[in-house]
Amino acid sequence: MSERVAVRKTYKLFIGGKFPRSESGRSYLVQSSNVSLASRKDARDAVVAARAAVKGWAGATAYNRGQILYRAAEMLEGRREQFVALGIPGDEVDAAVDRWVWYAGWADKLAQVYGGANPVAGPYFNISAPEPTGVVAVVAPERPALLGLVSVIAPAIVSGNTVVVAASATEPLAAVTLAEVLATSDLPGGVVNILTGAITETAPTLAAHMDVNAIDLTGVTDAALATDLEVKAAENLKRVLRPAPADHDWSVDPGLDRMTALLETKTVWHPKGV
Amino acid sequence: MFEYAPAPESRSVVDLKPSYGLFIDGTFVDPTDGGSFKSINPASEEVLAEVAEAGAQDVERAVRAARKAYDKVWGPMPGRDRAKYLYRIARLIQERSRELAVLESLDNGKPIRESRDVDLPLVAAHFFYYAGWADKLEHAGFGPNPRPIGVAAQVIPWNFPLLMLAWKIAPALAAGNTVVLKPAETTPLTALLFAEICQQADLPAGVVNILTGAGDTGRALVEHPGVDKVAFTGSTDVGRAIARSVAGTRKKLTLELGGKAANIVFDDAPIDQAVEGIVNGIFFNQGHVCCAGSRLLVQENVAERVLESLKRRMAQLRVGDPLDKNTDVGAINSAAQLERIRELSDAGSAEGAERWSPPCDLPDRGFWFAPTIFTGVTQAHRIAREEIFGPVLSVLTFRTPAEAVEKANNTPYGLSAGIWTDKGSRILWMADRLRAGVVWANTFNKFDPTSPFGGYKESGYGREGGRHGLEGYLNV
Repeated sequence: MSERVAVRKTYKLFIGGKFPRSESGRSYLVQSSNVSLASRKDARDAVVAARAAVKGWAGATAYNRGQILYRAAEMLEGRREQFVALGIPGDEVDAAVDRWVWYAGWADKLAQVYGGANPVAGPYFNISAPEPTGVVAVVAPERPALLGLVSVIAPAIVSGNTVVVAASATEPLAAVTLAEVLATSDLPGGVVNILTGAITETAPTLAAHMDVNAIDLTGVTDAALATDLEVKAAENLKRVLRPAPADHDWSVDPGLDRMTALLETKTVWHPKGV
Repeated sequence: MFEYAPAPESRSVVDLKPSYGLFIDGTFVDPTDGGSFKSINPASEEVLAEVAEAGAQDVERAVRAARKAYDKVWGPMPGRDRAKYLYRIARLIQERSRELAVLESLDNGKPIRESRDVDLPLVAAHFFYYAGWADKLEHAGFGPNPRPIGVAAQVIPWNFPLLMLAWKIAPALAAGNTVVLKPAETTPLTALLFAEICQQADLPAGVVNILTGAGDTGRALVEHPGVDKVAFTGSTDVGRAIARSVAGTRKKLTLELGGKAANIVFDDAPIDQAVEGIVNGIFFNQGHVCCAGSRLLVQENVAERVLESLKRRMAQLRVGDPLDKNTDVGAINSAAQLERIRELSDAGSAEGAERWSPPCDLPDRGFWFAPTIFTGVTQAHRIAREEIFGPVLSVLTFRTPAEAVEKANNTPYGLSAGIWTDKGSRILWMADRLRAGVVWANTFNKFDPTSPFGGYKESGYGREGGRHGLEGYLNV
């Protein structure tokens, strides 16, 4: 009896909750698989999907966002072996799940920790609360392919932002597999969009896009490219997170910075009186 | 209008020198490679003083002095001692507030009523507030060991000269940074008096450096490689240029830029209160306010009543001598700004909006612009899209709350917004949906050192004021 022939997976982009191929029809061979080579048009389509998702996601209750993100952690845990089969160390998968759970819990605490009442000198009610900045473009770190990716996506979306992620070009399979996790986690389509391929192709489009509110350059290792992207981002005054140092340790406590960098603070005043 | 006898504030409380140098490393010095320019009173065009213009070498000297002070004195100093210097400064400002208020009105053109009752109390309060943070930074919510950034380059505008200085310098110093600050070229004088206050407070040399000058000085300062932090308040175009210039550097950047705020009046709002808020929103400080309520969105069914009442109220505004305590609206800050306001107002008429100003005698000398409203404005008009930064209000109408939100958010800016309604749930519903950093409900143009201020979208990033205002000056 002959051995069973395996059914292989096609690795595609993740845009608006769907898994399309690149509109350009291109793919590239990496990690022994053909992976979609996203085009500038794919990047623009992903921004449209991300923008469409902002209203529902930012408008969802913090409790609901926390529930959905926790659900994603459950799905991630369930696919542990699949990530290991991609060559991700088991410890890294565990750390990625734990990181996701940590961020999920922040959904309904961020406003209390980062906002608050302001004791103004007058008869006014005055309160500051954080809000998501909107659509965030993210250049994910090349590696660690899973922990790095989770560490940039989760802090952006927990507060209600939506993201377009340029995934690791050299190890994209973890990103596509994470997309499958998210697609089965009740996360509304468009909240996370993932582009595989060359960041030199997608990142400049995202950095210059007038409907993107912030850009996270964490994964950009080429200093000249990082500068160019930051210059492009200035056109509509995107919030910019600069590249992480090459020796950044992704296993340490990330703190609040990644979340707070992608928040706006809104302060509301109202007179007190009878 | 009632005739009031003039009630002029005395300008003799201000002792102006004929010329001022740069304040570097604790002393006033002549520029090495700069020049000089004159600061004038915009209400009379008389020259107030000659002021040094810092060149590139002066910037170098100032940044070096700030670095030395950061390394040797201010950085290592315990927070409780930094606090005491800031408290001293707050007290000196309170003690000399009349002098500062008169000088502010002379140099800026704003009514003494505002510089005396709004600007100066807020300036002192700001230093007082941040003084208290200097020895409590580890409790500010930015981690257990927040560190200062280093040398801050700060460039401020002419609309609230001393208040913007306070917004920049107080949190920077409280957090342990040293600063090089450039005031606007049309309003440098209160910053120079502030330098004297630093001397009076025995603030260590180099902790605060004041470089007067124009755009070139500002550019040299923010682009100087020895600077760790850049903070700018001003136009969105200049903010964009600064964001480009710091790309690829380690410099941390905060920007507080332009606005085109919607002031939204619903049909259930108390009309008289709303009209006071509309007037305060756009005519406060001659409309030279980045968060001014420059777009009035009024619900269609009350538009006529609101406009009638607004026009009646506008006819009571006293435009004239900034030092007269009766004056409501002072002088436009500069000839260039007056030209910009005229150009955009002419565009409003040319594009078909209807222009109205109350009968209003304007002085012969100086820069003046009568309070003006445009009705029949559409969202496509330049006067509905571009920041005029003057006493010019564009009036648009809406029917439903959803339409009001849509129109209010239809701008690249996102600094502030106003809501006028008696219905609490509607205020909160609107506040949730308005993409603006400050939302004033049934009030407008209120400021406080404890209250974070700053914009969404192209109105900039970072917050000034409150606990949030520390973040831009800390490595967190």
